[in-house]
Amino acid sequence: MEIIQVVGIGLIATILILVLKGQSPLFAFLLAAFTGLAIFLFLLGKISSVIHVLQDLATKSEVSPVFLKTILKVIGVAYIAEFGAQIVRDAGQESIASKIELTGKILILAMAIPIISVIIETVVKLMPA
Amino acid sequence: MNVDVNAIFQIAGIGIIIAMIHTVLKQMGKEDMAHWVTVIGFVVVLFMVVSMLNDLFREIKTIFLFQ
Repeated sequence: MEIIQVVGIGLIATILILVLKGQSPLFAFLLAAFTGLAIFLFLLGKISSVIHVLQDLATKSEVSPVFLKTILKVIGVAYIAEFGAQIVRDAGQESIASKIELTGKILILAMAIPIISVIIETVVKLMPA
Repeated sequence: MNVDVNAIFQIAGIGIIIAMIHTVLKQMGKEDMAHWVTVIGFVVVLFMVVSMLNDLFREIKTIFLFQ
């Protein structure tokens, strides 16, 4: 029952943050960031097992490794951007958070360009001349 | 997960103690010392957070096939 552990950590950290916020908001922010990191690190172990299964499936069905690699990279960039944006938003800097999200989106778009071009080529091939 | 929980309590404890020391030093009239104590505590906690952030990013890189 790891969900109970995660919820417990979240609740305890929230109470500690509330206590700390009156004394020194700086440490409250750092504690929030650290708690997020801890939960995320715990989550990564689970994600890696899921991704191993995905990789096995992809190799079995002989999907071109470029696709899987690109998709995994996109997921990784999305996780990192989301994480950073949420921490920055917690600290009250809405504008910087939205810039981080925008950067994540554009980087994902840039990474997806090879796949998009493959799709467009396929569609063009299918179309009758 | 034990290490993580301990670190959370450590950070909270450091924060409370630093805030207390800050208040006491301010009451004694040593403003500059109080600020130095806060800065040093902040750097210590920041070091913990950044080292963990490094762990996280390294793990993400290995899992999501970044080369």
